[in-house]
Amino acid sequence: MFAYYLQLGLRSLRKNPLLTLLMVLAIGCGVAASMTTYSVFRATSNNPIPQKSSQLYAPQIDNWGPDVSKDNKGEPPNAMTYTDVINLMRDKRAKRQTALYPTAMSIVPADASMLPFRETSYGWYADAFGMFDVPFLYGHGWSASEDDSHAAVAVIGKALNEKLFNGRNSVGQNVNLNGRDYRVVGVADKWNPEPVFYDVINTNGFDDPIQVFIPFTRAVELQTPTNGNNNCSHDPGKGWDSWIHSECVWVGFWAELPTKSEADAYHQYLNGYSAEQQRSGRFRWAPNTRLRNVTEWLEYQKVVPQEAKVSLLVSLGFLLICLVNTVGLLLAKFMRRSSEIGVRRALGATRQEIYIQFLIEAAAIGLAGGVLGLLLTGVGVMGVSLVFEPDIAKLATLDVSLVLLTMLVAILATVLAAFYPTWRAAQVQPAWQLKSN
Amino acid sequence: MMHIKPILAALKRHKAGTILIAMQIALTLAIVCNALFIISQRLERVHRPTGLVENDLMAIQSRFVGVDEAKAGPLIKADLAVLRQLPGVQDAIAINSYPLRGGGWSTGVRTDVDAKDSKGHTTQYFSDEHALPTMGLRLVEGRNFRSDEIIEADPQAVPDPAAIIVSKALADKMYPDGHALGKSVYIGDTKKPTTIIGIVERLGVPWNASWSDAFYENSLIQPVQMTGAATNYLIRAKPGQLADVLKAAPAALVKLNRMRVISSERGVRSFAQVREQAYKGDRGMAILMGVVCLVLLAITAAGIVGLTSFWVGQRRKQIGVRRALGATKHDILSYFLTENLMIGVAGVAIGALLAIGMNMWLVTQFEMARLSITYVLVGVVALLLLGQGAVLAPAMRASRVSPVEATRSV
Repeated sequence: MFAYYLQLGLRSLRKNPLLTLLMVLAIGCGVAASMTTYSVFRATSNNPIPQKSSQLYAPQIDNWGPDVSKDNKGEPPNAMTYTDVINLMRDKRAKRQTALYPTAMSIVPADASMLPFRETSYGWYADAFGMFDVPFLYGHGWSASEDDSHAAVAVIGKALNEKLFNGRNSVGQNVNLNGRDYRVVGVADKWNPEPVFYDVINTNGFDDPIQVFIPFTRAVELQTPTNGNNNCSHDPGKGWDSWIHSECVWVGFWAELPTKSEADAYHQYLNGYSAEQQRSGRFRWAPNTRLRNVTEWLEYQKVVPQEAKVSLLVSLGFLLICLVNTVGLLLAKFMRRSSEIGVRRALGATRQEIYIQFLIEAAAIGLAGGVLGLLLTGVGVMGVSLVFEPDIAKLATLDVSLVLLTMLVAILATVLAAFYPTWRAAQVQPAWQLKSN
Repeated sequence: MMHIKPILAALKRHKAGTILIAMQIALTLAIVCNALFIISQRLERVHRPTGLVENDLMAIQSRFVGVDEAKAGPLIKADLAVLRQLPGVQDAIAINSYPLRGGGWSTGVRTDVDAKDSKGHTTQYFSDEHALPTMGLRLVEGRNFRSDEIIEADPQAVPDPAAIIVSKALADKMYPDGHALGKSVYIGDTKKPTTIIGIVERLGVPWNASWSDAFYENSLIQPVQMTGAATNYLIRAKPGQLADVLKAAPAALVKLNRMRVISSERGVRSFAQVREQAYKGDRGMAILMGVVCLVLLAITAAGIVGLTSFWVGQRRKQIGVRRALGATKHDILSYFLTENLMIGVAGVAIGALLAIGMNMWLVTQFEMARLSITYVLVGVVALLLLGQGAVLAPAMRASRVSPVEATRSV
């Protein structure tokens, strides 16, 4: 029966090629527009570390007081002072914790014919490799004792290892960063969480993968300035020492808290710490702290770009209009065949059979619209770089799940749009039609 | 217009089709209005002037390697000497940032030393006496820096300057009476006054995001040559020689000192590229919205053609009867045009409300500006015309129905 209806449907579609083409175009365009923008939306609202997103937390401590936070809905600063992260690192209240900041490292190749170049580089603590599940190709991260001794060690990324050592195991070799030698203790495999949850503040969520990791303590000892934002509520004074001991915020901090109760206890601890700072006279206000996990942090920092949200909305509206259009055209198409329906009904077809016949016909249109939509989505995904930053645009890809989703949306939407016209078609009175012809 | 009653009676028999067309017109109007509004806002931003002579400018971002972070002063001096000597180069400066670059310094400025809150927000540029001629800024009052006023400073420890040059926008913000020249301001938290010695007509901030719109032209230049290892060079080529300088300048820098990083992506850019990259998102959004609008209008028109054709086909007999009873071709044509106009008017009335409602919602969600009523009016007229245009072909076909149809197969 299905094959017969499909045949009937296809025949009727061929009878009215213009109307059919119009419907297929409408569905194809609508689906393509919404799927293209959805691909960007999906990339930017991705969970970068699903296995741990509810265990990693970014604490915030209000070290500026209500005078500043009142302009920001009472929220504490987005980053931390050096003073606070050093205290949190010392107290070690979480299972694992790390402070981090982007350091501007230039790599000086041993080969004198190669010019120095920059790579994305961070200073952080030994715990971070385990916390963030950084995979290793060779070797491993450094140890906590090397944090304490400010050791000149480094972990380099796979791409940099290819460039400097042709992909060989470079553990134990030296790499020259900013004119100083560091011993390579590990080579990280491809590690590229997107959005860049660990440093949203300085990257807006999208950046090239990190290629150089060095101990935070070493970076600070060498007075390596941050390559990211530095925000001060007051003039920090002159020089490095007054800057790192000032109330300027520029360091990121993450704590690993595997259970809800541990997270609650840590929040308590943050409040206690703030209260202690208040007692010592550093803060002149009550504790104001936050503790957000990865998902909450990305949401709070509005990582999904405004462009992605607005265009997703516009595209959904677009799809809606295309569907309304399809309802109208299907109605016209089905009602034009009232006499045919009348004959079929008179010959014994039940209403249900009419339903099935026309829904299958609609599904066939949806299928064609989906194929067209798929082609247009492909074009759209290629054109995404026109609208979005290259860091984001390269994330939008036409993969298997998007292909399936496109087809599904197209067929489902068309069948949905066909319900009303089909219902009208099934209401056709056989006697009426037979009489008037 | 005298046919309104019979048209209404006929439409009652086609409720579904009528509602569908009206709905489609309403939704299209709502989306097209908002999309056009977004386009116009984006395009307005893309063409904002910076005050610079952009045609002749280029920028190089360089970072020295292997020197102490704040001890690059002599190296920068050597770089500038080489750049200024190059054939084709009119002038060059080292500066902490420049308009549309993306990152830079900003601070509050006060006119009253005891005031708690700043009177205005501004960006801070640090450069020497070549800044004005290199960027091509127009001095409207006062004077340029003298070379003996320029000091060297570690970016971590920039002293309060004795003299600054400000943009006209900042001068007016500080001293609305228009007499800012020679007056004092206090930069950041300092208690030490700084004298305004010059005012330039226009100088934009390094940012172009919407949060910086409020102080887009508030800028000041301090007579400070910073000694940080990372610096930006702005180079002004002699007219027509930018293409040569774009190649010669980075080559000359590398030849002078190899221990530096000039990024392959954004290290060397003409100002045209700087502008293009800064506004890429805005331009792209405008293009996207434009395409969406066009396709949307086309689809709506196609929908009207489709449904009206169906109605015409359904009513051939009635049309034949009317023609047989004396209606002219023109009567039939105007019947369908009027019918479409009535549906269209109902659609745009709902659509206008939807457009405004949608904009109000967007305003609360995305910090957008409020939709001006002109866009709604333009949209209303455009959609009514579109509807009339779309219905024309089927209506013409209807008017050609012969009276003979009335006698067939009834």
